Amino acid sequence: MKVLVFAPELCDAQLGCEETCSLTWFKEANHDKSAIRILEAEGRTGKYTANVCTQCGQCIDVCPTLAIQRDKRGVVRINKDLCVGCLSCVGFCPYGAMRMHPDYTVPFKCVACGSCAKSCPTGALAVLDLPDAPLTATEKRLLGGV
Amino acid sequence: MENLLMKDGHHRLLAEFRYTPPKVERGYANQTLFVDVSNNTIAARPVDERTKRTFIGGRGFGLWLLWNAVKGTTRWNDPENEVILSSGPIGGTTVYPGAGKSIAVSLSPLTETVVDSNVGGYFGPLLKFAGWDAIELQGIAEEEVIVFIDGNQGLVQILTAPHESSDSYVLPGQIVDLFAQSPEERRAVSSVTSGPGAEHSLMGCLNVSFYDVRRQFVRLKQAGRGGIGTVFRHKKVKALVVKYVGVKGDSNVPADYADLASVGSKMHREICEQDPLMNDMRGGGTTMLTRIMNDFDLLPVHNYRFGSHPEAKNLYKSEFTPYFSLGIPDGCWYGCTLACARCVDRLTPRTGPYQGQVVHVDAPEYETVAAVGSNCGIFDPHAVLEANFYCDLYGIDTISYGTALAFAMECYETGILNPERAGGLDLRFGNAAAMLELLHQMASGTGFGPTFGLGVRRMKRIFAEKYGADPRFLLDIGMECKGLEYSEYVSKESIAQQAGYGLANKGPQHDEAWLIFMDAVSKQIPTFEDKAEALHYFPMFRTWFGLNGLCKLPWNDVEPADNKKVHSPRVAARVPEHVGNYIRLFKAVTGRQDVNEPEDLVRMSEPAYNFQRLFNLKMGYGTREHDAIPYRSMGPVTVEEYESRAERYDSQLREVDIDPQGKSTLEKVALLRAHREKRYQLLVDAVYRRRGWTADGIPTLETVRRLEIDYPDVLDLLKQHNVQ
Ligand code: SF4
Ligand code: SF4
Ligand code: SF4
Repeated sequence: MKVLVFAPELCDAQLGCEETCSLTWFKEANHDKSAIRILEAEGRTGKYTANVCTQCGQCIDVCPTLAIQRDKRGVVRINKDLCVGCLSCVGFCPYGAMRMHPDYTVPFKCVACGSCAKSCPTGALAVLDLPDAPLTATEKRLLGGV
Repeated sequence: MENLLMKDGHHRLLAEFRYTPPKVERGYANQTLFVDVSNNTIAARPVDERTKRTFIGGRGFGLWLLWNAVKGTTRWNDPENEVILSSGPIGGTTVYPGAGKSIAVSLSPLTETVVDSNVGGYFGPLLKFAGWDAIELQGIAEEEVIVFIDGNQGLVQILTAPHESSDSYVLPGQIVDLFAQSPEERRAVSSVTSGPGAEHSLMGCLNVSFYDVRRQFVRLKQAGRGGIGTVFRHKKVKALVVKYVGVKGDSNVPADYADLASVGSKMHREICEQDPLMNDMRGGGTTMLTRIMNDFDLLPVHNYRFGSHPEAKNLYKSEFTPYFSLGIPDGCWYGCTLACARCVDRLTPRTGPYQGQVVHVDAPEYETVAAVGSNCGIFDPHAVLEANFYCDLYGIDTISYGTALAFAMECYETGILNPERAGGLDLRFGNAAAMLELLHQMASGTGFGPTFGLGVRRMKRIFAEKYGADPRFLLDIGMECKGLEYSEYVSKESIAQQAGYGLANKGPQHDEAWLIFMDAVSKQIPTFEDKAEALHYFPMFRTWFGLNGLCKLPWNDVEPADNKKVHSPRVAARVPEHVGNYIRLFKAVTGRQDVNEPEDLVRMSEPAYNFQRLFNLKMGYGTREHDAIPYRSMGPVTVEEYESRAERYDSQLREVDIDPQGKSTLEKVALLRAHREKRYQLLVDAVYRRRGWTADGIPTLETVRRLEIDYPDVLDLLKQHNVQ
């Protein structure tokens, strides 16, 4: 599965990634509409962490309408037509990486498109192909397992 | 749509009404739908601002519409009686947990006055998005009909339905097949149905459906209390169906979506973190209560004689969870992350029409477990699940069923009933086979079913008149008030709960007040004034949920991590942060700016609450004599009961300066009784005062004026009762 990964030692917190993300997906430079957030690491000035979706898939089991599913690249995606805007996924993401913005009723998250990685001058971001996450209860059920 | 249904030749179109679906505004569609199946008329009725202000929605709208539809002489089986369903302004919100309830209102066959019952499932929200704040169903059809509302096309139809099953296991699935035109549309269809048990008894329930996209079958939630399913089937309505495609996070068109989304996602987070540490509702719904109730001697056993039983552990959550399929977002409406609507995907009934087949059952609530389980001395989880399955399918309220059966079992064990009088059944406590057989008798209207299905109040009369039973004994042990069977808590040690049951508008259901812990365990409301205050605050506060289309569970079945740390126990019981959430929620949806304090929510409920009390008065009830409760709910009726907790009762006698030494148990039973009955009346006095009612329990003129429910017919009613 494709996952956006972050190398903290390379980050200089220019936040170009956030701007690129919101421009790519919402046509506007707005940090509140970015799926990736660069934050100062707790208690460590000058060190940064990225809060971004790990594609773990846990939100798939939370969505009441099956709007969240994994695509062929292994990326967890929201089908806007099926989404009823309940924001359960926002509350239940273990990483706080499913986001919402009051301009929209459908939440959003990183889909490992790689735009931010391309724009990062220091090479702190990359989309990698990682081993697949274990199947969620929903995926097993849809495969006819349970 | 009409073509599809007409084509099969089975569904004749009896009436059709076209409308332009209005845009919902700040939680209201601003019109209600009137359907009369006697003469096949369909009409839209506007909702005015005063009605919204006074009655808010949901139960309030139901009360107001029904009040205007019936006279004081109308009976439950008259055509003028209605079945009304309405959600409420917040209903249909998807971002806050528990915001999809509907409230059903009707004249009850059991209580002969107005009753309300709340229910999950998608009906109420979809009805609103289809353009209707409520539906009033009046009349009695000549033949079986389905009422269908298509909220996208703007179409209401009355169709004949001669061939569909009336069994609520099959029918809701047939409805989805009929009305969903693609697999994606299945979750856009919700129905209201009942069943054959409702046709042959007075304790019929309504089943409200939602389509489960993971399990790929239709699920049901019940409006159980008060026999509304009986009214529904008496109207020869097989199903009410609504279809609306296109639910979104802002379908309710809130005034302030940003704040709504913020308070909603905060609450989801809290449930994610706190529910596993607290009640684990996501793991087993309300079944966790059995253990708590048994531990505190509050679990009804053998018709409420006792509060615990050594075998109760067989009905603990741990005995049910192996049946449940977990890991599924089991909310009864979108976005309910408390997700208590668990499901048993595979059960093989041992009796009845589905014997030996694999079926699915909507998992039992605590109430069902205690009603058909411990209260009847049945400690077999499979039997409880099977009873739950058949009750839903037959359209029977599990609570009335269990409580009435516990009464019949006690009558059987005391010789009032015998196999000949009880349809050949051996109704000893603990006989699970008889418990299930009686359900089948009820559904087919055979054996003991028809008598039993009349409920506890009427059985008492029949047993006294026909079998010469001692009417005073029956009065003491028959657990009903106002004609409605008790829900499943032993209230003997909490006088506040006794009044919570006795003063509840619709009859003894705990949804108005659940004060046992506060009163008897943690002793937070010691004086009569404290208790009266709690009996004002909580019933009003809980009424507020029913006006708005909300579920009560996310209010206090999960709490912020610091709730008990930052607040004293008495304040913590109100869960202030959640009350704050509800204020935000209400403002964000309706845009009303005059609702800021917890007291504002209580004030918002008072008009509808008092109006319901007056409705009871209009129907010939609603006064002090109808708030009398059976002594079994107050204290030990029999020597056996007294002696089972002799130490407790003896010491209570000593507290009031009665020396139990040397007295016979019978004498002690009588002394304790005199004391407790007196206290009950004193508390009733205090509550009436606090609520602004006369000593006979009627809202005073001043109260009615203050609440702006001083309609001319209300003033006439007060005059008739000499309230000046
Ligand atoms: S949004 Fe959260 S829960 Fe969903 S896949 Fe990403 S990290 Fe996992
Ligand atoms: S907000 Fe949309 S994607 Fe998220 S859980 Fe709700 S319906 Fe699913
Ligand atoms: S808590 Fe349970 S009953 Fe209440 S809305 Fe959620 S799923 Fe439905």
